[in-house]
Amino acid sequence: MRLTLNVWRQKGPSDKGGFEKHSLSDVSPDSSFLEMLDVLNEQLIEQGKEPIAFDHDCREGICGTCGMVINGMAHGPQQLTTTCQLHMRKFKDGDEIWIEPWRAKAFPVLKDLVVDRGSFDRIIQAGGYISVNTGSAPDANEILVPKTEADRAMDAAACIGCGACVAACPNASAMLFTSAKIAHLGLMPQGQPERYSRARNMVAQMDAEGFGGCTNHGECEAVCPKGITLENIARMNRDFVKGMFIARQEPKAQA
Amino acid sequence: MATRTLSLADTTIGKKAVMAVSGAILLGFVLVHMAGNLLVFSGPEALNSYADGLRKLGPLLWIARAVLLGAVLAHIWAAIALVKANDAARPIKYQVVQPVATTYAARTMRYGGFILLFFILYHIAHLTFGVTVPGGHAAAPPAGMPGALAGTDVYYNVVASFQVPWIVGVYVLAQLALCLHLYHGGWSFLQTLGFNHPRYNALRKKFAAAFATVILVGNLSMPLAIMAGVIKLPS
Repeated sequence: MRLTLNVWRQKGPSDKGGFEKHSLSDVSPDSSFLEMLDVLNEQLIEQGKEPIAFDHDCREGICGTCGMVINGMAHGPQQLTTTCQLHMRKFKDGDEIWIEPWRAKAFPVLKDLVVDRGSFDRIIQAGGYISVNTGSAPDANEILVPKTEADRAMDAAACIGCGACVAACPNASAMLFTSAKIAHLGLMPQGQPERYSRARNMVAQMDAEGFGGCTNHGECEAVCPKGITLENIARMNRDFVKGMFIARQEPKAQA
Repeated sequence: MATRTLSLADTTIGKKAVMAVSGAILLGFVLVHMAGNLLVFSGPEALNSYADGLRKLGPLLWIARAVLLGAVLAHIWAAIALVKANDAARPIKYQVVQPVATTYAARTMRYGGFILLFFILYHIAHLTFGVTVPGGHAAAPPAGMPGALAGTDVYYNVVASFQVPWIVGVYVLAQLALCLHLYHGGWSFLQTLGFNHPRYNALRKKFAAAFATVILVGNLSMPLAIMAGVIKLPS
């Protein structure tokens, strides 16, 4: 396959950045998108040029490290797939491909296609945990969990925090991510003690990071490689509003 | 530490809740407003006695007006605050955007809102204060019209106005904007307020589509019927 790539290049966080055009021939349709970039980087290194920086780790579609906007779609044209599991057979010979980093105020670009997703970590820190006693492990099945609730919690917990929801949202909103984290703990009995303070604290942190709000476009759900649904956002809104009415403490967010 | 009573204004979800609740109130108003106005098809007596009944509600009318004005102002306030935050959340735009799931209606909510705001201002100026009514607000209805009101005559104002093509044009455009706004808002407010369940989710969008269609057809039927001469002033 022959491809023309327009890749976002940016030297550092304060650099203005811009697109760089590359032509690539002999791309195997069986290679993954990241392998295609590896080949391009080999060529750049041979030419003595700076290779393109991009995030990747497991390359098995489960770690949430990779991610780029490919032809205007987060993680590219294949649904329920991370960039590393996207294969070049999804493209046609002679295609022109635009590659951009996640774009959000809360995801500053560090270099080329690498963004800082520390804002997600701080949202987790604000309430994405449960408090348990230390000591020996509790007996298995001591706390009964209805099967349907366990399944829903598991579906929400499938979120790998890649940030595609933010990248695809017209408002750069992090509500799908935040709501998945709130739901996966809030659906379990162990998550009940902090259920409402969790929703309030994590939403307060989400707002403090500068993410936008949800306008119910559904783009996040459509690009999510793990199939996280909008149902989680509705559930977060319920928990948040109820929390707002019953709370005895202000929510906490770090600057 | 003391807590503030509610922090609707501080958070995105709080503002969205304000947006959804005020939107739901306006949804109800749009339906009732249309249902009442359809009495124009039953002739001058029916429409004018309905209008006169509303005017005679006294304090209740002012309570209803206050609720509606409050809902409109809250809706606009939340919209401005959220649009600002949403635009600020992505300072650098994408070179290529390929939407996968969103609709034209969802993408144009903010512009539709503007169109509707100007339409509402014109609509009140037009039929409450008589601006652009042919012959002026206090023009007398034809002598011998049954159910004629003293002062301003609602039936005359409506029918005489919609015999003017440009006024019909303004109303048609506004109703198309309203239909799009309701098509997204009609299910969006349910989602925002937390009504989401796999068993009923398909119903939400059907409800929104049906609601938007009923309002569009109902509201357009009146100016178009008058322009076509189906509804006439008694001669």
